[in-house]
Amino acid sequence: MAKFEDGLYYSETHEYVRVEGNIAVIGISDYAQHALGTVVYVDMPEVDDEFEAGDEFGAVESVKAASDLNCPVGGTVVEVNEALEDEPGLLNKDAFANWIIKVEMSDASELDDLMDAKAYEEFCSKE
Amino acid sequence: MNKRTCLYEKHEALGALISPFGGFDMPIQYSSIIEEHNAVRQHCGVFDVSHMGEVRVTGNEAEKYVNHIFTNDIKDAPLGKVYYGMMCYPHGGVVDDLLVYKMGENDFFLVINAANIDKDVAWINEQAQGYDVKIDHQSDYYGQIAVQGPEAEAVVEEVLHLACKELVFYTTKEMEVEGETIIVSRTGYTGEDGFEIYASHGLICKMWYALMASGRCVPCGLGCRDTLRFEVGLPLYGDELSDSISPVMAGLSMFCKLDKEEFIGKEALAQQKQEGVSQRLRGIELEGNAVPRHGYTVLKDGKPVGEVTTGYRLISVEKSCAVALVDASLRLGDTVEVQIRKKTFPGVITKKIFYDKHYKK
Repeated sequence: MAKFEDGLYYSETHEYVRVEGNIAVIGISDYAQHALGTVVYVDMPEVDDEFEAGDEFGAVESVKAASDLNCPVGGTVVEVNEALEDEPGLLNKDAFANWIIKVEMSDASELDDLMDAKAYEEFCSKE
Repeated sequence: MNKRTCLYEKHEALGALISPFGGFDMPIQYSSIIEEHNAVRQHCGVFDVSHMGEVRVTGNEAEKYVNHIFTNDIKDAPLGKVYYGMMCYPHGGVVDDLLVYKMGENDFFLVINAANIDKDVAWINEQAQGYDVKIDHQSDYYGQIAVQGPEAEAVVEEVLHLACKELVFYTTKEMEVEGETIIVSRTGYTGEDGFEIYASHGLICKMWYALMASGRCVPCGLGCRDTLRFEVGLPLYGDELSDSISPVMAGLSMFCKLDKEEFIGKEALAQQKQEGVSQRLRGIELEGNAVPRHGYTVLKDGKPVGEVTTGYRLISVEKSCAVALVDASLRLGDTVEVQIRKKTFPGVITKKIFYDKHYKK
């Protein structure tokens, strides 16, 4: 069963945001990693890349398919999780502990457009 | 509405992920592609391949006729021999790739791809004008399972009680089971030893049940069928062969017997072989973990030189590899790049086989 961690913001494209001050820590939900199966590659942006909310910032790939990653909030990439380059399967081990990028938010009010854990769980149950 | 095989309900009950393939709703995976792939490489897996099509060709001129539409040579073939080859158009493009089983004198069993059944059956019937043959389309009668892996022989002998030990690689035998004549061949599409079994829907369901109950083989979906066949360099019609990718372009000339008296496409293929082709299939080994996929562009010095036909992050070895249709001027060892979304990744041209086959000859 997929976990839905409280206190995070979730997008309809299955990314989560953990807010740390002005930084959005972004990854894929546990529900998403379950649906993907074993992750074999994570395509990540570079530090200083800028994205608007909804922009594609990379992809996660399973054996069979590539799934786009969309930036739930706009801002500038300040860090990418380099551990995923050598060990993409970390996303399967713990999707919430293994974030993908950290973004300095340009407009924190965009978080209001995202779902909380309860709303996201309900969203997934209808997929 | 897609067709369903006789085992469809069993796949649903096993919780398979089901997707359309070749006009059928087929199981893609049950547990995970990686687990199923490794089961076939290391132990034994069973596939529902009932979507494949079957055509029986008999009659006084069956041998002559099959040799007319088939690129490989079945003249004076030994009884029970199985041949791989293609049916080509006069221009050398491929109608389909198929297996031809010699069941008897002037009695052949053709196994064709699911997605091509309608096209193939029409083609086979059209070309038969003027030949003394009977063409019997049997796809709706036969179910088919493939038992594959190093333990396949033991599983088929001990669980299904079929005397398959004596079958050598690429041979077939008819066997009597519960008053029914079934077809068993030592063939497959995984690069491992294994068997393909053709029988009525009822018997196929019974065999599937027995295999599941034995706990000795893992149910495997089409997801790992593709990763397994790709690693050992086997082509998939639609990716590596098509009406515009000829066997010569695909590096499959060894299955086209140009010394044969005649067959459809012979002149075109002979010309391609003699004059060379502008594009051909090559392997590419990429640096890093990025995954090349069907349709991605291959570049040489920044200029497009071809397109990926199939690519994977391999499972049996830790490499990212592709097969691509590229300019024929590219040679083994040449460096290229593959465009994957916004980035390009360096790679080197290789053979199309990334993992050694383990057939039991």
